[in-house]
Amino acid sequence: MKRLFAITLVLFGLFLGTAQAEGLYPDVPKAVGNPHPEGSAFMRINHMKLMRHDRDDTMHNGNRDVKYSIKECVACHAVKGPQGLPISVKEEGHFCKNCHEFAAVKIDCFQCHNSKPTEEFTALLMRDPAPTADEISAYLKELRE
Amino acid sequence: MKLPALNTKSVRPAELNRREFFKSGGAVATVTLGTGVTLMAFGGDAHANADAGKRWGLLIDVNKCASDCNACVKGCSDENGWKMDGENPETDPQWIRKVDLKHKQTGREVSMPMMCQHCEEPPCVDVCPTGASFKRVDGIVLVDKHICIGCRYCMMACPFKARSFVHEEIEDQKPNAPRGKGTVESCTLCVHRVDKGGEPACVEACAKTGHQAMMFGDLNDPESEISKALLAYSSTGLRDDLRLNPGVRYSNL
Repeated sequence: MKRLFAITLVLFGLFLGTAQAEGLYPDVPKAVGNPHPEGSAFMRINHMKLMRHDRDDTMHNGNRDVKYSIKECVACHAVKGPQGLPISVKEEGHFCKNCHEFAAVKIDCFQCHNSKPTEEFTALLMRDPAPTADEISAYLKELRE
Repeated sequence: MKLPALNTKSVRPAELNRREFFKSGGAVATVTLGTGVTLMAFGGDAHANADAGKRWGLLIDVNKCASDCNACVKGCSDENGWKMDGENPETDPQWIRKVDLKHKQTGREVSMPMMCQHCEEPPCVDVCPTGASFKRVDGIVLVDKHICIGCRYCMMACPFKARSFVHEEIEDQKPNAPRGKGTVESCTLCVHRVDKGGEPACVEACAKTGHQAMMFGDLNDPESEISKALLAYSSTGLRDDLRLNPGVRYSNL
C-alpha cells in the first residue's frame, strides 16, 4: 500500500512537473504565411545568422533578392492586436518579443527597423475574406523583386 | 555562417545571371557521401545589384530650380520617412535641403538642392573608425547602421554638411529606410529604388513639378542621358578644389 502511494505520488509529481514546464514556454503566435521549408526548429536556432548574412549582402552588394529579410519576417509573423491591426514590438504578444523576452535576449533590430509590416501588407491582412497562406507568400515574393 | 566578401570587384559573366545559373543545374554540385552526409558546393558569385562598372550620379540644372519650390525635399521626406516639421532646427535630419545663393557682385540669385554629393573620394569614409561609412562599388556612399557607433566623425569630415545624427528614438520607419537613434544618416541616393532600376525620389518629385532640374543616371555610360548632358554643357562639382570628384554635379551655377 505504501509502495502504491509512493508511485502515485511520483507519477502525480511528474505530471505536475511537465504541466508546469509546458506553461513556462513562451506562447508563440502562428505566422500568417506558409511555414519555413527549413522547419521551425532550424529557424529558431539559426534565424539571426541567416538574417545577418543577407543583410550584409543587401547593404554592401545591393542584392535585394535575398531569402531572409526582416521586411518579410515582420510581415509573415504579424500578430493582430486588439484593434485588429498588426502590433509593434513594444506591445505584448509581438512574435519576436514573445521568445526574446523568454530567452532574455535583447533585440537590436527594431531600434532602426520597423517592427510592423507595410501599410500595403496590413491592407492585405485585413482584407475580407482573409488572404490564404499562398496569397501571402506570393505577396512576399513580390516584395523581394 | 560565413559572411560574404564585401565590395568584391570580381566580374561575373554578363550573359549569365544567378537565376539562369541555378536553372542550368551547374551551380550546385551535390555529393552524397553516405546516409545523412551531403556535401554541397555552390559555384559562382552571389548575384549583386551593385555593379562595379557603374557610377551613379546626379546633374542639377540650377537655372531650372525655383527658389519657392520644395518638391525634392518633400519627396525625399515622404520616401525615406524623416520628418521635416522644423520643430528642432538644431537636431532635425538633413538628408536634402534647399540652398539659396546670391552673387555679391552681380546680384544673381540661384536656388538649388544640396544632399550627399556621393564623392569618389569620400572624406566620411576615410575617417570612419568602424567601417560603417562606406562607398558601394557603383559609387553610392552609405552608412551601415549595423556598424555605426554614432561618433559623428564623418559629419565633421564632410565638407557639404550632408550628414545628420539621429538624436531621438524613431518609430514607424519606412521599411526601405531603416533609421534609429545613435546613428548617422544621409541621402542614400534612394539606393533601394536604384537597385530595382528606379530613380531617386527627389528626381521623380522634381520632374512631377515640371521643372526638370534634376537628372539621374550612370556617369560611366557614355550613352546615358546624364553623360551626354555633361558632355554638352559646362558643370561644376561643389568644392572642386578638394578633388573629391562628387557624383552630384551642378550646371549654370
